[in-house]
Amino acid sequence: MLKDAAAIVGIGETAFAKALAPSETSLALEAILQALEDAGIDASEVDGFASYSMETTDEVEVARNLGAGEITFFSQVGYGGGAGPACVGQLALAIAAGQCRVGVVWRSRKRGSGKRIWSDPSIQFSTPAAWTRPWGLIRPVDEIALLARRYMHEYGATRDHFANVALAFRKMANRNPRATFFEKPLTREQYAEARWISEPLCLYDNCLESDGALACVLVSAERAKDCRQAPVYVHAFGQGIGRQSHTMTNYWSEDPLMGPAWACAKQLYRNSDIGPSEIDVAQIYDAFTPLVPLSLEGYGFCDRGEGAAFTEEGGLEVGGRLPTNTSGGGLSEAYVHGFNLINEGVRQLRGESCNPVENARTCLVTGGEGVPTSALILRK
Amino acid sequence: MDDFAPLMPPIDETNAAFWEGARVGELRVQRCVDSGRLIFPPRSRSPWGRHVEPAWEVVSGRGQIWSFVIPHPPLIPQFSELAPYNVILVALDEDPTLRMVGNLISEPGAAINSVPSQEIEIGARVRVVFEAESEELPLPRWVRD
Repeated sequence: MLKDAAAIVGIGETAFAKALAPSETSLALEAILQALEDAGIDASEVDGFASYSMETTDEVEVARNLGAGEITFFSQVGYGGGAGPACVGQLALAIAAGQCRVGVVWRSRKRGSGKRIWSDPSIQFSTPAAWTRPWGLIRPVDEIALLARRYMHEYGATRDHFANVALAFRKMANRNPRATFFEKPLTREQYAEARWISEPLCLYDNCLESDGALACVLVSAERAKDCRQAPVYVHAFGQGIGRQSHTMTNYWSEDPLMGPAWACAKQLYRNSDIGPSEIDVAQIYDAFTPLVPLSLEGYGFCDRGEGAAFTEEGGLEVGGRLPTNTSGGGLSEAYVHGFNLINEGVRQLRGESCNPVENARTCLVTGGEGVPTSALILRK
Repeated sequence: MDDFAPLMPPIDETNAAFWEGARVGELRVQRCVDSGRLIFPPRSRSPWGRHVEPAWEVVSGRGQIWSFVIPHPPLIPQFSELAPYNVILVALDEDPTLRMVGNLISEPGAAINSVPSQEIEIGARVRVVFEAESEELPLPRWVRD
């Protein structure tokens, strides 16, 4: 069992923007070197890697640029936005099992200036895209909007609930100088008047398209005591693929509104001393606003169908039921496949967040609901 | 309809029977010969029962709209011209957990933007129609039943 055997001791990140000049490799190295500096660990000590399978910079490239030591553990996790917490979790397991000592996780992506994956008609033609794209269900937003409409129909959720999510995270970003939407507020009127992208979802239900890179450094709990920063322990880790679930187009399971978060949460809490009621702050994957109420249900913060109501009365804001995405998240800080949620989780528990949650001792970080996913419980 | 060609799914041994059915105006899905459960999208082994190779059969082609979206640009060129159009998800009468992505159209052969979006409702009854026989791969679409 993992339970605090490994800790995150360093975090790093580049600037975030619609377009950055350096290559993805160069951005990755910048973030990694910053994370190692933050930890006070020399690059020559790095011997473990975990990364997203969608990463373009491979481990060999990173290692030879860093001047890393002999690498004894390296793994990649698939499914884009579902992968972030799993990269941290798998590396933590590897450290706990003695497969490596100093592990680095990173994600570097030029999704702001690069091309939109969905715009290439020749790709993704495995199941299930062959059963969706020919009819014009082209983009991730279309795929999630189909679930969102059903969620509204079944549980009485409204666009106002999705606006609650967008506005709450925008407020967080307004106080975060690193965020794309620092000091740029969003009003409910602006939300209501925004152009449609895929009805029932509008522009502000969609995450940003960003260039940027982030990284973090993990060591054993023992080694963590000697690092520069206070350790943030990986308390629990889960991954999940639901029964008969499909990636993004989860339309063929018994209940498509119960996504992979449900399987992931079961495993997450099975090995955790910390349950949903003991989580002080959350970083929930937010490529699209409806993923947040669905995740709140999946991770046990409320019952089925109550995720929308959970966002009412500032439920996701600082001082609310569950302060969420305190850096602004993918909707308002930057969209780097959710890695900014990991670093923000660490900052909260170090007391360094721009939107500090008082006495926060525990933080949930999730990957994307809708794809094979993962989650972490971090603690001080 | 040539513009749609790049989005046509590749036919393989697992889905060939579905598209053969479409060409003769039949909506076909798989059935697990052991457990009797229907299966869609098709696969090479039944996930239920004894994991045998599934059989194919024709279903009624009737169902209800489970959900729908109205995409707006930015889209890929083939669909930008038609936007806003609809994409519906149909729950089949034979087993409502069998759902098919499609489009609601006003009549056979009509465009995917032929039904005003405010007229589309979850729960509406629909039946399958197929595009003209001249098409290599006639896509199943849906009209109000």
